Amino acid sequence: MEISKITKETLANLIKEGKRIDERKLDEFRKINVKLNISKNAEGSAMVEIGKTKVVAGVKIDLMQPFLDSPDEGVLIVNAELLPMAYQEFEPGPPGTEAIELARIVDRNIRESGMIDLKKLCIEEGKKVYAIFLDIFVLNHEGNLIDASFLASVLALLNSYLPKIEKRYDDLVVVYGQKTNQKLPIKKIPFLVTCYKLNGKWFLDATLIEEKAAEAKISIGFSFENGKKIHAIQKFHGLIDFDELENIINLCEKGCMEIKNSLKNNLKI
Amino acid sequence: MFKKVDKKEIINMIKKDREITYPGEVIASGYEYLTGEGCLREGKDIIAIRHGLVSIENNLVKVIPLRGVYWPRVGNVVIGQIKDVIFNGWLVDILAAHMGFLPITECGEFIEREDLLSLYDINDVIIAKIKRIQPRSIVLTLKEKGLGKITSGILIKIDAAKVARVIGKQGSMVNAIKELTNTKIVVGQNGLIWIKGPNADMELYAKEAIELVAQNPLYDGLTDKIKEFLKQKISKSK
Amino acid sequence: MYEKRFDNRAFDETRPITAEVGVIENADGSALFAFGDTVAIAAVYGPRQLYPQHLQNPEKALLKAYYDMLSFSVPERKKPGPTRRSIEISDVTTKALEPAIMLDKFQNCVIDVYIQIIQANASTRTAGINAASLALAHAGLPMHDLVCSVSVGKVGDKLVVDLTKEEEDYKENGVKASTDVAVAMLGKSKKISLLQLDGEISKEELLKLIELARKACEKIYREQIKALKQIKQKWV
Repeated sequence: MEISKITKETLANLIKEGKRIDERKLDEFRKINVKLNISKNAEGSAMVEIGKTKVVAGVKIDLMQPFLDSPDEGVLIVNAELLPMAYQEFEPGPPGTEAIELARIVDRNIRESGMIDLKKLCIEEGKKVYAIFLDIFVLNHEGNLIDASFLASVLALLNSYLPKIEKRYDDLVVVYGQKTNQKLPIKKIPFLVTCYKLNGKWFLDATLIEEKAAEAKISIGFSFENGKKIHAIQKFHGLIDFDELENIINLCEKGCMEIKNSLKNNLKI
Repeated sequence: MFKKVDKKEIINMIKKDREITYPGEVIASGYEYLTGEGCLREGKDIIAIRHGLVSIENNLVKVIPLRGVYWPRVGNVVIGQIKDVIFNGWLVDILAAHMGFLPITECGEFIEREDLLSLYDINDVIIAKIKRIQPRSIVLTLKEKGLGKITSGILIKIDAAKVARVIGKQGSMVNAIKELTNTKIVVGQNGLIWIKGPNADMELYAKEAIELVAQNPLYDGLTDKIKEFLKQKISKSK
Repeated sequence: MYEKRFDNRAFDETRPITAEVGVIENADGSALFAFGDTVAIAAVYGPRQLYPQHLQNPEKALLKAYYDMLSFSVPERKKPGPTRRSIEISDVTTKALEPAIMLDKFQNCVIDVYIQIIQANASTRTAGINAASLALAHAGLPMHDLVCSVSVGKVGDKLVVDLTKEEEDYKENGVKASTDVAVAMLGKSKKISLLQLDGEISKEELLKLIELARKACEKIYREQIKALKQIKQKWV
């Protein structure tokens, strides 16, 4: 059901007073629930629930020829699907704009932050490298898919093990179903948080109804281990005032801290 | 002449009232029972055809569904959203298996055919009553007191199967919530609920109370628990 | 000779069953069903509007099941998107579920069932059907019966219930020595709604296997009923 003017008006009025319909603060996340290793057959996998939004991400690793412009680097390929079971309005079919955009933002932040040491995933320069396939599936849509998808992706990657490889008929191949105890070479842990604007106020972790009412939306990706750095930004619909920028960045940073704490509590990372 | 009935048999004949049942389960046995919604008779047995709560009252056996897409009935009050206009009326989404249709003749206002959108625009929300059910559409009417367009307040959605619980026996539950929060509440049979209160806080408390009812429909003594919850919430905010 | 099962089960024993309803909030009905480490999730939306109009049936609702596997549910990555295999399984799944639902109580609409395999160790279509049956009941749809499904087969010289991947791939002297039969039946009436076979088997062996499937389905039926009856009575 399309968000009606009434509900949008009510949400706008509430937020003017710093209130939200579920009584959260503007910079507060819903309850985050995390589960690792949801598929034994993945090299790494995780499920993340933010409130009722449910996303799973899994990593499959194979061997392939590297891309021409990076012959000494492993390959990262990110794919996302908004499954029809997740929301009444999602239809079966190939990924649409929203799914493709989701995948590309996740990809960008992981790549630009240098999370994975792709150079260490080269086996023979120009000939054979590891290929990391990160697949994201949205199982239930209750808003803020990007944050949930990114967190699930990072957790899946952090808990991925390289598969066993062997020589077969003069070629190096993966032995499907067998893992080594070697984890993916991780250099740092990136974070990605989306913030939304309604009636002049910016807030984090929108529920579905808040997302539909939002006048603007922007996702910002950070890492904190080598000093505070921004690695990816994606602005969606709407307009942003120049003097809102600093506030937005601070708000997203605060969001990253909250996710970081939640991970510490959930998984002792 | 008369078959001697075992005491155990009598106890076994009245089965499963207030229990959760599944499609295919025998929920009562005996010709003195009548079948209501959600079940059918197979010889001596009455069999559930839906997942839900068994209710056996005065020999009427029913299965009250716990979930499910709204099933429209003539006379139901529903809340819907205008989706489109055609030459003689508005198409209204009432969250059912078929679209609702509000003909110009049922909108309760005098209006020119070209002027439909100026009265009810796309995405406007209306409280309507179901007048007639046709194979591909559900005909609505606004020609009654209390029906019409909603312009303020909040809208929430619960599972249609929980509506009866939210209303309560003779309105006991919804009236308790209305009184304590000083709000006006219209519960659509299709699960959409409109709340209008003196301020946003009261509207939100009423919303929370309704959602609690919908999440705990089987809880014993629910009305009292909800009253307690609201009293605490309201006194805390003072 | 297949003397002992790889996981030490009895030949007529299923793997431990997990069954749970209400796993996908937005869906009208949903469920998870697992045979050991083969895990399936099903979500139902419906009855709802069916477009295009020419597909609408004025006498009953259309049931459409969609079966697919998450890319990382299997050891070798499955490229996202329908494959010929998933299209075939979607179709037999639809046909296995249809007889259980009172489709004629609806007109001109559709009931969509989405099945995803989260983790695969063979018998995925049967786990999917069990999950779908639970999800349809959970959605409050009028049904005659539940649908129970299990795989049975011949591994080496033994007739077994609920095959794993290892058993499906079993070879003797480098030659395939495994036959796999997928069965689904209505829980109460025991009428068969799905039957597929892949391998080499005699008539007598097949009839014995169907009998084994019947017994296994009784257990599955009980687990499904348990899942449907387990609605929280505590305060949320």
